[in-house]
Amino acid sequence: MNFIKKIIDRVKPTFSEGGKLAKLHSLFDAVETFLVVPNETTKNGVHIHDAIDSKRTMFTVIIALIPAMLFGMWNVGYQHFIAIGQEVGFFAEFAFGFLAVLPILLVSYIVGLGIEIVAAQIRKEEVAEGYFVTGFLIPMIVPIDTPLWMVAVATAFAVIFAKEVFGGTGYNIFNVALITRAFLFFAYPTAMSGDAVWVRTRDAFWWGAGEAVDGFSGATPLGQIGVAETSTPAFHDIMGNPIGFWDAFIGWIPGSVGETSTLAILLGAIVLIVTGVASWKIMLSVFGGGAFMALIFNLWGPDTAIAHLPWYEHLVLGGFAFGAVFMATDPVTAARTETGKWIYGFLIGVMAVIIRVLNPGYPEGMMLAILLMNVFGCLIDWFVVQANIKKRLKRVNSK
Amino acid sequence: MENALSIFVRSIFVDNMIFAYFLGMCSYLAVSKNVKTSFGLGVAVTFVLLITLPVNYLLERYVLSAGALSWLGEGFANLDLSYLSFILFIAVIAAITQLVEMVVEKFTPSLYNSLGIFLPLIAVNCAIMGGALFMQQRLGLEASDPKALKSIGDVVAYALGSGVGWILAIVGLAAIREKLEYSNVPAPLRGLGITFITVGLMAMAFLCFSGLKI
Repeated sequence: MNFIKKIIDRVKPTFSEGGKLAKLHSLFDAVETFLVVPNETTKNGVHIHDAIDSKRTMFTVIIALIPAMLFGMWNVGYQHFIAIGQEVGFFAEFAFGFLAVLPILLVSYIVGLGIEIVAAQIRKEEVAEGYFVTGFLIPMIVPIDTPLWMVAVATAFAVIFAKEVFGGTGYNIFNVALITRAFLFFAYPTAMSGDAVWVRTRDAFWWGAGEAVDGFSGATPLGQIGVAETSTPAFHDIMGNPIGFWDAFIGWIPGSVGETSTLAILLGAIVLIVTGVASWKIMLSVFGGGAFMALIFNLWGPDTAIAHLPWYEHLVLGGFAFGAVFMATDPVTAARTETGKWIYGFLIGVMAVIIRVLNPGYPEGMMLAILLMNVFGCLIDWFVVQANIKKRLKRVNSK
Repeated sequence: MENALSIFVRSIFVDNMIFAYFLGMCSYLAVSKNVKTSFGLGVAVTFVLLITLPVNYLLERYVLSAGALSWLGEGFANLDLSYLSFILFIAVIAAITQLVEMVVEKFTPSLYNSLGIFLPLIAVNCAIMGGALFMQQRLGLEASDPKALKSIGDVVAYALGSGVGWILAIVGLAAIREKLEYSNVPAPLRGLGITFITVGLMAMAFLCFSGLKI
């Protein structure tokens, strides 16, 4: 550590005011904050100082995301080698998935952080830590076969138009990763849905190439049920074998990279709840809302397979669990009042199931439901605040 | 009844005047700084829609469309006055708006003051004229089309749904704009610029309803 600190101290004058590279000060500042704890103190006003700053909050979220990410990487390789009919061991499967996911991760970080740094330079501010989580989320919520240039375009769109124009980290109204996903979904629908994009059949870095074997079909469970002709819900894996609740819970099913394993996501949820980084109220109410709406559709819904899907399967399939734990709880875009969080989460669950059941175009409804509630999060807060004002006024006036 | 309910829900979410057709944007963007005021404008728009649409429906049914005047006698059966629909619809809307303006001024002067010029401008609000023209178009659709309006009940449901959808959109935007007051938006984008971007992103979120089957 001393070694790194020495280097930083030596180059610091170059980047400080008056130095040769003063224009790049925010980049230097970001690197310095990343490597060591800077010894700067606030100069004016009173500030509450806490050990948990935004750097630590963001890294807690990334730690919580790691189980789902690792599982997702393994699952990419696992599905790939089944699809091309080869048996390789656990480690080869993981290595393949790692190589397949890595480019998306890199593109997401390079494009997003690049824009963040440029924006911070223009505004003469520090580079905020918020993008670390967003950049990690983006590869987890896109299909593995999304072309890299699309990821780059969508990331650039989302970071500029959903974040930087609103003032950067902490000011955005819409979740940046979700805007990326929605942009991809509406701009390039063929690359984001259907049954050819969820399982990689081509190679990753010239390794593991092969032909898909006979009988292969890469549709996700919700994709299958969306086009099902019978009215009893039933799924099969990519080779046509039936799968049930526990397969979906553990996660060896096709889907976006990080969203398949409810088990791994729940591990992350425990980390988030124990550290107090994310709101358990939102998570609980999202699951509650989804289960509630699914039960209503079971009882009075239309006679389609997706409406007959039991509530507990709704919660483990597709992006539901991932959205509930990592997307809905985004503290910037969610409702901020405590009562508002219950309402916000509940409506997300309800909307997700409504979109899944009633909108045949979008079988994976979770991400759009959260985006929709991002729109109304502020309004929910407004009503909660007004109700509070009214209640307190009454208390004052009655005295 | 079931059809009216489906039309009502569809016109709030799927065929939302703001996010699906971008109608009525001028007052939507201009009056959405404050939740209470924008709710007032939304109610006024809904009220005008709720009266003008059924009136225009009756006009269309018994005066304007081809052969509509046959109730006057044999000689009128071949008349087609549909070229008059624009001017008659606008006349109806302007008259009703005048009425609303007088009512609002009389009973809630504070809302009247905060709405300012945008209250009389409801007369030229595209959402209301658009509602009338969409209604005219939808009357001609086949009965199996989910968008078809079959009776005056459907027309009332359509008017109410369009209005409620408009309220929902403007109140949602107003709440966001109240929060944006505290955001560090780049100076050139403050005000209308950031509002345009916000509305675009909101419309993107509302795309989740396109294609919804009710």
